Amino acid sequence: MKMNRRTLIKAMAAAGATVPMISPLSARAMSSNDSSGPKVVVIGGGFGGATCAKYLKRFDKQIEVTLVEPKKTYMTCPGSNWYLAGLVDSDTITHSYSVLADKHDVNVIHQSVNAIDAQAKTVKLDNGDVLKYDRLVVSPGIDFKYEMIEGYSEEVIDQIPHAYQAGPQTEILYEQIRDMKPGGTFVIAPPPNPFRCPPGPYERVSMVASYFKKYNPTAKILVLDAKNKFSKMGLFVEGWKQEYGDMITWIGAMDGGTVKKVDVATKTVYSDYDTVQADVLNIIPPQKAGKLAFTAGLTDDSGWCPVNQETFESSIHRGIHVIGDASIAGKMPKSGHSASSQGKMCAAAIVSHFHNWAMPRPKNVNTCYSLVAEDYGISVAAVYEMKDGKIDMVPGAGGVSPSAGSVQQHKQEADYARGWYKSITADIWNS
Amino acid sequence: MKKRIHVLVAAAVLAVPTISYSAGISDAELSATTCFSCHGPEGKNVGGAIPALAGYPEKVMVEQLKNFKSGKRPSTVMQRHIKGYSDAEIEDLARYFSTLKP
Repeated sequence: MKMNRRTLIKAMAAAGATVPMISPLSARAMSSNDSSGPKVVVIGGGFGGATCAKYLKRFDKQIEVTLVEPKKTYMTCPGSNWYLAGLVDSDTITHSYSVLADKHDVNVIHQSVNAIDAQAKTVKLDNGDVLKYDRLVVSPGIDFKYEMIEGYSEEVIDQIPHAYQAGPQTEILYEQIRDMKPGGTFVIAPPPNPFRCPPGPYERVSMVASYFKKYNPTAKILVLDAKNKFSKMGLFVEGWKQEYGDMITWIGAMDGGTVKKVDVATKTVYSDYDTVQADVLNIIPPQKAGKLAFTAGLTDDSGWCPVNQETFESSIHRGIHVIGDASIAGKMPKSGHSASSQGKMCAAAIVSHFHNWAMPRPKNVNTCYSLVAEDYGISVAAVYEMKDGKIDMVPGAGGVSPSAGSVQQHKQEADYARGWYKSITADIWNS
Repeated sequence: MKKRIHVLVAAAVLAVPTISYSAGISDAELSATTCFSCHGPEGKNVGGAIPALAGYPEKVMVEQLKNFKSGKRPSTVMQRHIKGYSDAEIEDLARYFSTLKP
């Protein structure tokens, strides 16, 4: 190891932080015959957590990595709208943890977490087992503020799905769309900012419209939005008009679109715009960090988790890192791609910490592809860097696809959307 | 205090044989891992329409990326990405990708 001035200072700072004892990590690293490295527990096997587990091993095979995820298989939110349209089957968007376990030697445990003890550095599982860690990574995803919409609650999501955590909820919406009466009305209520996958609700509108165009051409779609604008808005609206004519009506918050109340039995939605009876109703409630972030005391007043945006270490509990949708990550959107990028940054930060290496200063990216129709793709991209302690966009880079794109450009971006899905899921779960 | 520092520096030096990356993780490597999300794990194509990057000839990649940046070479999303990187960063990335096994 080259001991330059920066790493030496970091090493000295680390020594100061662990007074009066040398940290057990350094002690372990001293013994070259000891094959067991420091222990990292990663909670949550989605885009953030699964990536972090794999990349911890990629950067340092000596680290003992344990991934805790209750589900045996993981259906991704990206691609779930394509599934609603019938463009892909559910197997295509469902991944297992066998490659992480067998090829990358990640200890995968399918259990729920009962409690985190930040002082003792332990994680207690529902089966009573206790895992010790040197560093903990939490990637808990999102939870919903059901109480913000009168009449809506977790108890009624089988009748009125949010379908914003993929899996059984996706299957329910899939069936409801197919069972809808001819000429019926599909009402969708996207949430206010900030929320998971900013273009997600609008890709869903597009994909449901593409299904209706084929199988229920007189159906209508009403979007009752809690916002005045949304991600890739110009491109979506342009595409909707071209592909689906007047099937889709979007009502923004300024026109009273915010849904205030629902009647579950009749699927009636109340807003200042109108009272509407839906045939299929998809409420995507306002969001906050996943439950575990709250029980572990990792959230602030915003309902999300403040972190050091370079290392993703919690600003509240040292030694615990929070990545993905639950974290406050500067200008990065809450997306699967962001979460996966953050998993890599966090893995690099933890490995660099264990070795007293200087933390790399990478550029980081996010790309969100959406399908407006099967062969009509659009994208938004950005490049990020640390600036004054926060993740900021690199000026002059990023942005959305050009408007009034050609048929060929739309087809190319649709193919790239599918290519992106194959690559990112292979990078995380399947290679 | 002085003694403690010496112990820690010794620990860092002794750690060398047990670790896989003796000089740490480079900026180029960590940045390149973010390209894998679209271009495939370790730069290898996994069946999608997006080209592989592993083992790409360094000089060709530098030229193509600079041409994306200037707009000389048309692209859908690559110009939007590559405008976020300096020429030096482009050269470092290309060097890193050229070292990956295709």
